[in-house]
Amino acid sequence: MTLDEYSIFFLYAAMVVYAFAFIAFALDLARRSAQVSAGNKVGIDGTVTVAPKVLETVGADGQLVAVAASQPASVAAGAPAVAAGSGSGSGSSVEGKGAGGAKGGRVAADGSVSRRSLSLRLGMAFTVLGFALEVVADVLRGIAAQRVPWANMYEFSMTGTVLIVGVFLVVNTRVDLRFLGTFISGLVLVLLGVSTVNYYVVIAPLPPALQSAWLVIHVFVASLGTAFFALGFALSGIQLLQARRENSGSALKFLKLKFLASLPDSTRLENLAYRVNIVGFVFWTFTLIAGAVWAERAWGRYWGWDTKEVWTFIIWVIYAGYIHARATRGWRGSRSAWLAIIGFGAVLFNFGIVNVFFHGLHSYSGL
Amino acid sequence: MSRPSDHFDSPAPQAPAPDDDGNIVQPKLGFVGWMRWFWRQLTSMRTALFLLLLLALAAVPGSLVPQRAADPNGVTQYFVDNPTLAPILDKFQAFDVYTSVWFSAIYLLLFISLVGCVIPRAKHHFDALRAKPPRTPARLSRLAGFQKRTVEPVANGEAVRAVAAIESARKILRKSGYRAVVFSAPGKNGLETASVSAERGYARETGNLIFHAALVGILITVGLGGGFGYSGQRVVVAGGQTFVNTLSAYDSFNPGRFFNQTALDPYTIKLDQFTATYETKADGAFGQPTDYNAEVTTQERGGATQQSDIKVNSPLSIGGTDVYLLGNGYAPTITVKDPTGKVVFTDSVPFLPQDANLTSIGVVKIPDGLAKQIGMIGFFYPTQATSTTGAFYSTYPDDDYPVLTLNVYDGDLGLNGGVPTSVYSLDTDKMTQLTGGTTGVDSIELKPGDSQALPNGMGSISFDAVQRYASLDIHHDPTQGWVLLFAASGLAGLLISLFIPRRRVWVKASENTDGSLSLEYAGLARGEDPRLVSAVADIAERHATLLGEAPGRGDPPAS
Ligand code: HEM
Repeated sequence: MTLDEYSIFFLYAAMVVYAFAFIAFALDLARRSAQVSAGNKVGIDGTVTVAPKVLETVGADGQLVAVAASQPASVAAGAPAVAAGSGSGSGSSVEGKGAGGAKGGRVAADGSVSRRSLSLRLGMAFTVLGFALEVVADVLRGIAAQRVPWANMYEFSMTGTVLIVGVFLVVNTRVDLRFLGTFISGLVLVLLGVSTVNYYVVIAPLPPALQSAWLVIHVFVASLGTAFFALGFALSGIQLLQARRENSGSALKFLKLKFLASLPDSTRLENLAYRVNIVGFVFWTFTLIAGAVWAERAWGRYWGWDTKEVWTFIIWVIYAGYIHARATRGWRGSRSAWLAIIGFGAVLFNFGIVNVFFHGLHSYSGL
Repeated sequence: MSRPSDHFDSPAPQAPAPDDDGNIVQPKLGFVGWMRWFWRQLTSMRTALFLLLLLALAAVPGSLVPQRAADPNGVTQYFVDNPTLAPILDKFQAFDVYTSVWFSAIYLLLFISLVGCVIPRAKHHFDALRAKPPRTPARLSRLAGFQKRTVEPVANGEAVRAVAAIESARKILRKSGYRAVVFSAPGKNGLETASVSAERGYARETGNLIFHAALVGILITVGLGGGFGYSGQRVVVAGGQTFVNTLSAYDSFNPGRFFNQTALDPYTIKLDQFTATYETKADGAFGQPTDYNAEVTTQERGGATQQSDIKVNSPLSIGGTDVYLLGNGYAPTITVKDPTGKVVFTDSVPFLPQDANLTSIGVVKIPDGLAKQIGMIGFFYPTQATSTTGAFYSTYPDDDYPVLTLNVYDGDLGLNGGVPTSVYSLDTDKMTQLTGGTTGVDSIELKPGDSQALPNGMGSISFDAVQRYASLDIHHDPTQGWVLLFAASGLAGLLISLFIPRRRVWVKASENTDGSLSLEYAGLARGEDPRLVSAVADIAERHATLLGEAPGRGDPPAS
């Protein structure tokens, strides 16, 4: 096998593992919904807290009857008070089996039992593994090509998704955003699926216009910005749903998105989205400037309203609008979130449509 | 007014007071009032936002239809393909979106709004920079990161004085980059109460102002650059053809509005050799270019000659211009003789490449010296092959097996009417085709060194050699360095304004009757500040440690 074939092998392996991650993350959301319906408290980190069973003395014979404070339906009559076990009875297979004893979770001083989410941890483990495999695939492609692995659509997709997952993992060390795992692994799977099927190209030498240090910088930073925008997009999307839930009480029930109750409130989501998006915006600003510098070298003018330049500019202006909206009375909240969503839509359009269907000087997508 | 009144942080607008009947009376606006009202609208956050979004939207059509500035051939083609739609779109300047009236109107309004917004803010900020932080609020307990600690009198029974404690807090805050003022007053119990009010992160606003000012700088410098700059193209054939930087030497030239011909510095560029390297491995990339190199000899007025290379991504700087290598192709050297053997034409004629393997088309026009004017449309195949249908094509861009074919026309070349004609096209309306096509006469077909008779005994034609040519773009933009400078300072301003937190922190010390000292700490975010609470906690911890309080003995921070 050639190096490039090894690279493809690792890429497929990564995709399989990402698919497992996706399933695990999705199970976690399902579990959150189920636990929320069952009336349990679910934390942002997926930890389910079952309220303590209230001990009551009933009647003169002194018989103890355990009554679950929050969920009368699932009373396990006669069970020891602390053994909340799988009290909710809501049948997610990954949650604790320990119907008796404290094995099923951590018992707090007040008698409540909290259990961490196994599916969430599995999802993260798969993501890390998939990430490692994909990095290997990406590096092998680079070694095989003897240059940076981001010079055509196939390679942009690979490096871009590595960065999306990488940024997701890094951001998670600071804020718990694992609840976005379904979105991230799903997005990455779709992007990789589309690009390996449609855009795969054999390794080719760089055309003269791409032989520049700016390829390394400009394209890499653009992908990095995209990765942050992707996170921001997901956060803004959930923020919108959350805001609707908060405003309309339970009106969202028909959407079966009960897990929303376990996620941060819309204001917190908005602030998180903002922080992620401004990092993306700074990278994008740099991309714009670096692109202009490179265009001056390669094409003899720093700005010429080439289609790709136009879209980079449009995206930049939309996100500038988003930042303004956050500072404009009446635009904070859901309206500004829509702008972040439109902005990321433009990013995807720029990558998936402009590269492929519009022609211009940037026709290096290798298709 | 510092920020626009509809900025998120500005005080909420006051509804006009109802009159006696409960109706809301708008004050009558005179002309000046109306202008003020208009100006306020234009410089509001909402307008800025609206114009920004409109700008993004208005930029879209220019990516959907070809633009004259970037792709003139595409526009011509668009008119051919959409004969009814194109003229309508043209009325709306859809082929010149970025110089159109409506696009310009949007960005000019946006920049007027920007200037109108930035100037009052800059003034306000300048004042704020010299103002003292505001008084400590009476009650800190409702502010962010509030915590309260108590310092017991030290062993010898000496009480810690409030003023001294606050002085040490002030020092800590100063070291952390805060601007701080100390207030002190007797407290309710008659003992001393002191506080320090501190603020940091003025740079946030400075950065924001730099960013917006830099945008104005970019707009102005780009505009000036377009006015005073120029750009032009010139095809130079390898093997010694020389370009002299004068107006008449350009094949095409686009001067800025304020261009003055004396701005051209008459340096010379001689193209000694042009080398193109192609991928030779027989995989998917076979025949892809990997390098273009134009070896040139240059000379500036009064200077010595100099050898340089011009490559893609590596232009040559000379005489205040940058010279870019943006295209290349083949220029077959063709000689035409009359029946007596007298040379009537000899030149290396640049052919325009049509595909990746450089099948190229060119035109030879011979107005004088032969019995009739003749024109020839030539096809050049650097590595010729024949398809199953008998058509020629090129299989590789290098000249491994070059073949030139020519269709000859005679008649009127249309050169006498004074109308400029392109050297790359032949108008055959008033001409008769003599070879190729449906004439029944074979096209002229030549390999290097071959010669062949022209039809009707008009003379002969020979293909002497294959030359390469380089297409050079020569640009002069006096402001592009400034544009870059503004862009870079804009980026710096952006970083500062987005990531430097602006916050206020207060420390208050009150002496108690038992000789102990109560300390209160709290902060206030001014804009996005995710780390405010931990910053307050950090200051409290450092201060309390300094005062000798055992760490962790204070009340737990209120969250
Ligand atoms: C060319 C048009 C404009 C662009 C591209 C633009 C872009 C931006 C960006 C990227 C930011 C965030 C970074 C920072 O805080 O420095 C920002 C902030 C801001 N802009 Fe603009 N701006 C434009 C025009 C305007 C105009 C016309 C106004 C006034 C009406 C304005 C007022 C503000 C204000 C007040 C902020 C601070 C927002 C905050 O408090 O978070 N901008 N602008």
